[in-house]
Amino acid sequence: MNIATKRWLPHTVATVCLLALLYPLAWLLATSLKPADEVVTSLDLWPSHLEWSNYTTALDGVSGISVTRLLGNTLLIAVGAVVGNVLSCSLAAYAFARLRFRMSKVMFAFMVATLMLPHHVVLIPQYIIFNRLGMVDTYWPLILPKFLATEAFFVFLIVQFMRGLPRELEESARIDGCGAFRTYWSITLPLTRPALITTAIFTFIWTWNDFFTQMIYLFAPEKFTITLALRSFVDQSSTSAYGPMFAMSVISVLPIVLFFFVFQRYLVQGMAASGLKG
Amino acid sequence: MSTVSTRAPARPTLTTDRKPPARRRRQVRERQWPAYVFLTPWMIGALVLTLVPMAVSLYLSFTDYNLFDPPHWVGLRNYTEMLTDDPRYWRSVGTTMLYVVVAVPLKLGLALAVATLLKNLNRGRAFYRSAFYAPSLLGASMSIALVWRALFNDGGTISDILNSVGVHAGGWVGNPDLAVYVVVLLTVWQFGAPMVIFLAGLQQISPDLYEAAALDGAGRRRQFVSITVPMLSPVVFFNLVLEIINSFQVFTPAFVISGGKGGPADSTMFYTLYLYERGFTASHMGYAAAMAWMVLIAIAAITLILFRTSRSWVFYADEEGR
Repeated sequence: MNIATKRWLPHTVATVCLLALLYPLAWLLATSLKPADEVVTSLDLWPSHLEWSNYTTALDGVSGISVTRLLGNTLLIAVGAVVGNVLSCSLAAYAFARLRFRMSKVMFAFMVATLMLPHHVVLIPQYIIFNRLGMVDTYWPLILPKFLATEAFFVFLIVQFMRGLPRELEESARIDGCGAFRTYWSITLPLTRPALITTAIFTFIWTWNDFFTQMIYLFAPEKFTITLALRSFVDQSSTSAYGPMFAMSVISVLPIVLFFFVFQRYLVQGMAASGLKG
Repeated sequence: MSTVSTRAPARPTLTTDRKPPARRRRQVRERQWPAYVFLTPWMIGALVLTLVPMAVSLYLSFTDYNLFDPPHWVGLRNYTEMLTDDPRYWRSVGTTMLYVVVAVPLKLGLALAVATLLKNLNRGRAFYRSAFYAPSLLGASMSIALVWRALFNDGGTISDILNSVGVHAGGWVGNPDLAVYVVVLLTVWQFGAPMVIFLAGLQQISPDLYEAAALDGAGRRRQFVSITVPMLSPVVFFNLVLEIINSFQVFTPAFVISGGKGGPADSTMFYTLYLYERGFTASHMGYAAAMAWMVLIAIAAITLILFRTSRSWVFYADEEGR
């Protein structure tokens, strides 16, 4: 193998892999713009003409609920979840990373253990609790748990990040008379920003993608998220409506794609950090 | 570079240790209450949304409960029924196990291969890393599951391509032998997340090790087996535990690809899908709770076995010379 081949071979392999990997995404975009008769018959990725009416059909939404409304509903849940997770997980993480208290070891071990707890085990009783509280078919079951730091993954991520921060600044703040809350809010939290941003982005994307919880708790079409609407759309339409169906699919993943382009550095680093620091 | 273990850094000795006991005790008390305030949301969540639900679901698993009438104690009946008298339960166990056993090694193998490839790239590594990661975020969405269903459906792109090379398998989605692999491939497609973790691990291995090995005459393959694999083993372990636990809980792709029914012929009736059907469609909440406890036991057992066996194959660099 000469030197030029050696240099270009990995690039070629990586590019070929990448193209294969991104094919389904290209297919999704292409199909969302295809006229109905080309969806099934043609293997060509590129449509003969761009069928924008697929998108106008999709924008009309499902059961009389417009896509704007559906996106607004989803955004409300996602933003609520983000605020809840960032606040509650950073509070708990600060206590685990920096404060001394009896039971800290036991509680930390419990928190780490819940990382491995299958969701199934708490699913049914949680449903019963929210049902008793009259919260089924509201957004509370989707948002409230995030304010109670139930996602141990993020608590753990922030703890790991905080442990890596130098203690000196916090200690001097304490000597200057700052209480624990002041130190947390004005010193530690700003320094933890990268981990908080990672938490916020992952929470947003995971909430946006979620289907199971939304399906269990939401029934009224006007409260539907975009994912639930997409599912009813699929149930209602046959294969002839492939174009509009995938137009709606594109609309529903668009926020994730945008988030990915804007924040990919944080996403990739956050994922890498979750497996390495400790 | 330990991963799941969470060794706390050595605590600096507090100056208060030398003070008289009475004063020290007061100081300790002063130091403790803010911690509990910080932990209040988490403690409420842990109690109300984790511990109490765990106890309740354990109780419910011994009852007959339909959400409307009070639970009715049936002892071990749910468990004996699922283990001895419910072929669909075993079908869902089998499907899930097949999925875990095939998808997890494929996904991690591909992740490691691509991470090794990218590590050797000097230019464009950051770009490739991000691009390969994209499917991991999108793949969990219903949209991509719908794409998968269309691609692997009868007359979809995959069956057309296979036809053109002379393999007439038809649509995978409607084929009871192949439908589960549609879900497998969708999971493997999302190898970007473990890949990013592997790549970060690879970049932490000191180049000195490779140089020394090369001087001693070790070839590429030997270097991979004797340096990369042991140095990376904690990361492999972390990824393995995480992926297995996640795989047990797969739902969205199975739901979408099977049209919510687990078909054809229950071949995509994954465990979570069956649990959902029993609990929320058929209103057998007690039975579903018992199923949930079986997953917990299975995951606990597998994690325990992995941790036990890890001692023989996971190598922690910072434990050297201890």
